[in-house]
Amino acid sequence: MKKVTVDPITRLEGHGKIEIFVDDDNKVQNVYFQIPELRGFERFCVGRPVEELARITPRICGVCPEAHHMAATKAIDAVFGVEVAPTGRMLRELLYNAFYVTDHTTHFYILAGPDFIMGPESDPAARNILGVINKVGLETGGAVINLRAEAAELISMIGGKQIHPVCGLPGGVSQAITAEQRDRMVQITTGMVEFAKFTLQLFDDVVLGNNDYVDLIKSDAFTHATYNMGMVDADNKVNFYDGQIRVTGQDGSELEKFDGSDYLAHIAEHVEPYSYLVYPYLKSVGWKGFVDGKDSGVYRASPLSRLNAADGMATPLAQEEYERYFSTLEGKPVNATLATHWARLVELLYAAERAHDLATDPEIINPDVRNIPTGIVGEGVGVVEAPRGTLYHHYKTDDKGMVTNVNLIVGTTNNNAAISMSLKKAAEGLIKGGTEISEGTLNMIEMAFRAYDPCFGCATHTLPGDMPLEVTVKSEATRDVITGVKRNM
Amino acid sequence: MSKFKFAMYWAGSCGGCEISVLEIKEKILEVDANFDVVFWPVAADFKYKDVEGYDDGFIDLCLFNGCIRNSENEHVANLLRQKSKVLVAFGSCATTGGIPGLANVANAQEIKDLVYRDNPSLDNPDGVYPQERYTVPEGELELPHLYDTVKTLAQTIDVDYFMPGCPPESHQIAAVLDVVIAALKGKGPLPAKGATIGVAPKTCCDECERVKEEKKISSFRRIWEFIPDTEQCLLEQGVICMGPATQAGCGARCTTVGMPCRGCYGAPEGVIDQGAKMLSTVASIVDAPTPEEIAEIAASVPDPVGTFYRFGLADSLLRRARV
Amino acid sequence: MSDQFEPRLIGFLCRWCSYNGADLAGTSRLKYPPNMVPIKTNCSGRVDATHVLTALKEGADGVLIAGCHPGDCHYINGNYRTAGRFPLTEKLLEQLGLEHGRVRLEWVSAAEGDKFARVVTEFTEEIRALGPLGWGAQFRDESAEVVEEAVSA
Repeated sequence: MKKVTVDPITRLEGHGKIEIFVDDDNKVQNVYFQIPELRGFERFCVGRPVEELARITPRICGVCPEAHHMAATKAIDAVFGVEVAPTGRMLRELLYNAFYVTDHTTHFYILAGPDFIMGPESDPAARNILGVINKVGLETGGAVINLRAEAAELISMIGGKQIHPVCGLPGGVSQAITAEQRDRMVQITTGMVEFAKFTLQLFDDVVLGNNDYVDLIKSDAFTHATYNMGMVDADNKVNFYDGQIRVTGQDGSELEKFDGSDYLAHIAEHVEPYSYLVYPYLKSVGWKGFVDGKDSGVYRASPLSRLNAADGMATPLAQEEYERYFSTLEGKPVNATLATHWARLVELLYAAERAHDLATDPEIINPDVRNIPTGIVGEGVGVVEAPRGTLYHHYKTDDKGMVTNVNLIVGTTNNNAAISMSLKKAAEGLIKGGTEISEGTLNMIEMAFRAYDPCFGCATHTLPGDMPLEVTVKSEATRDVITGVKRNM
Repeated sequence: MSKFKFAMYWAGSCGGCEISVLEIKEKILEVDANFDVVFWPVAADFKYKDVEGYDDGFIDLCLFNGCIRNSENEHVANLLRQKSKVLVAFGSCATTGGIPGLANVANAQEIKDLVYRDNPSLDNPDGVYPQERYTVPEGELELPHLYDTVKTLAQTIDVDYFMPGCPPESHQIAAVLDVVIAALKGKGPLPAKGATIGVAPKTCCDECERVKEEKKISSFRRIWEFIPDTEQCLLEQGVICMGPATQAGCGARCTTVGMPCRGCYGAPEGVIDQGAKMLSTVASIVDAPTPEEIAEIAASVPDPVGTFYRFGLADSLLRRARV
Repeated sequence: MSDQFEPRLIGFLCRWCSYNGADLAGTSRLKYPPNMVPIKTNCSGRVDATHVLTALKEGADGVLIAGCHPGDCHYINGNYRTAGRFPLTEKLLEQLGLEHGRVRLEWVSAAEGDKFARVVTEFTEEIRALGPLGWGAQFRDESAEVVEEAVSA
């Protein structure tokens, strides 16, 4: 038996490693995906004033702090039993959709873009942001930088800072915006819609126009038929900020739909002894191990699953794209993991349209942005869709609003089992008995992982060629290196 | 001339520091022109093994963010110290422990008991806990050892510079990079070793545009309890704001949108313990006729540890709670 | 010498009242335990939480702060600051897991030598009963504690 270690996993937020065991014929025996970190937020939030959790929990993730900030703020609303002032809610949702625009842009152009725009087996030296810019033009790189800067500007006007915003309070937000700020936001969000349309066009020209790539998306090595989870509004359209959680099955029918506050009746977490991260699954189906299908409680929560779990998008341009997406991929649900990248762009367009709708609503500059709580319930659940999956914050407090208990189910965690399965399936499909581990192998393994965008992308940094990667195969007995492959090192 | 070598690493952190570096906009092109990235897990696929293979001092500039939470964090800190000429403790977690440092109110066992045994969503009837060394049918798997006490970077290795902030502001990062690039090219000096960089003189109050008059608090209020005046100092309105005990440099982003400062830029120069200083300040401005009433008002602050030591518990005089 | 634990105490005494009260205890030949090291400050209002925490960190088992009676402060209201800082510091220390009673605040005038002696005697015995604080002893090199033995399925 030989152990192939990939450590650390790169191009994600956080830490992870993959251990691949192969027998003497190089046939994959098993693949273990391990998360080696644990910081203890659920423990050290206890004893804090509950309103402070909206500023403490975003430090779980500096790439999607807005998601934690919103989930926390909504949980705090519920703890105080306070209704959110209408303009306060609008400002929250505007901030949140602007965040989605920047986050999805970052992932697509820098992390996923190279694989798509250049092609999965293209020259590694060009399969990076530089290659992308060369292929589609220097203007695009500048446009990406500019879009991220403008999104940060908009978010900061409402939230103070883009990385770790601070405005969420029970009953609303901390401060209203001025007419001047609103005018700037209208300008910014108009640009966001144009940018989203441009990106989808780019995807059309360069990706969907490439048959090899379309075949790859549809290939079995990257397909899992898990359940799909996503938040929907009253019309079953995708909503990132608020709604009910809907789960649909392999045939597209609805399995269950619930309020966030009932999450404990629907989701449970399995523990494995080789990872610090737990594995959520659907209680109604049960934990059957790392398998997909109707009888396994494994589910996914991602742009792919959100589009599967909903009936459509709430804005017109995104709705057109939604229909085109499903008709091109021939049916619903779409189970092809790599199609997540396209689903992400449909969401990008929706987020831009929604942000623009909110910015142009005359009520957005209403000075009344917060209701003061008059009592306390002492328990609350706040749920939002984080870019990487449904995010649940559950708090309990004493009668003074001091936290006694915290339970969190975080976006990427929903996908822990699915990621493990995707890695194993990709490794089994690609590491073949008797053959050397080639550069293509390495890239494909990365692609299986990268589709989930486990919370990070690389933004505007220009890469030195392509991702250097090394795989070493060591004898389990002696720990000597038997063979190895390096790429770009 | 070959480019300088750049590394950035995250220990017990959230990734916000990485994003902040990437927010320096066009300046990133200048960084790219002057540096080769030789280790940066978020952005490039260099492995620990590569760093082990570099000569000592190979890395010209290393930005190390995140607190020291486990054995892997400590191992990599030692490794990068060996391989780096200039090593910066980057961000609040590396400089003072940051928000993960609040875990010092508990220990590793308490955290694990909660996450793997007590959480209401768990399905773990056999009481499975993650193991640091675990044998599976195919072989052996390892996980890092989780420490009881979170440490700062300087409590672990020798640090050249400290750059606070959660995260450090992008314009401050850009300014620091200018200084470093100039120094590496021999065109300017580096700051004195041990300096805090990327900050402005004085405290956050200096950057805050609210009107400050006399501080006399007759009662403290939590920010959700009322709608504060948008012009007046928040502390004067009875809201605990860490501004007076926090180094300037961030531009007072939080108070600008009506939220009190929570001290992420760390203690001002000359202050040993940020939390102790702010606690003393807050108690000093209570205004009541008798000492008994003063005592009652001062003691009404709901969470001294979490408020005064939000970002600096690991770096404080006492460093942790006894459990 | 007995084997019993001898508390190490720090006392911050204001120069106008309590330090003189301590001197008076001395010139009056009043007996009290020698466990407390006195530190003279200009005013009890000069003492802030930093001093208290430093003392505890550096090995003190207990810390006493003594100042003028309210209304008698040489600087008018310095001791009012002490009156506010002390309970908040106590609350912090409670959150950090220190037993109640490790820190103490007293108003001792220059004429109260007997009070000073009584307070120090009481405080010494209270801390003796609580036992050593030993704050530094809980820190250790955890990098050396990595698990060697593997657990099997």
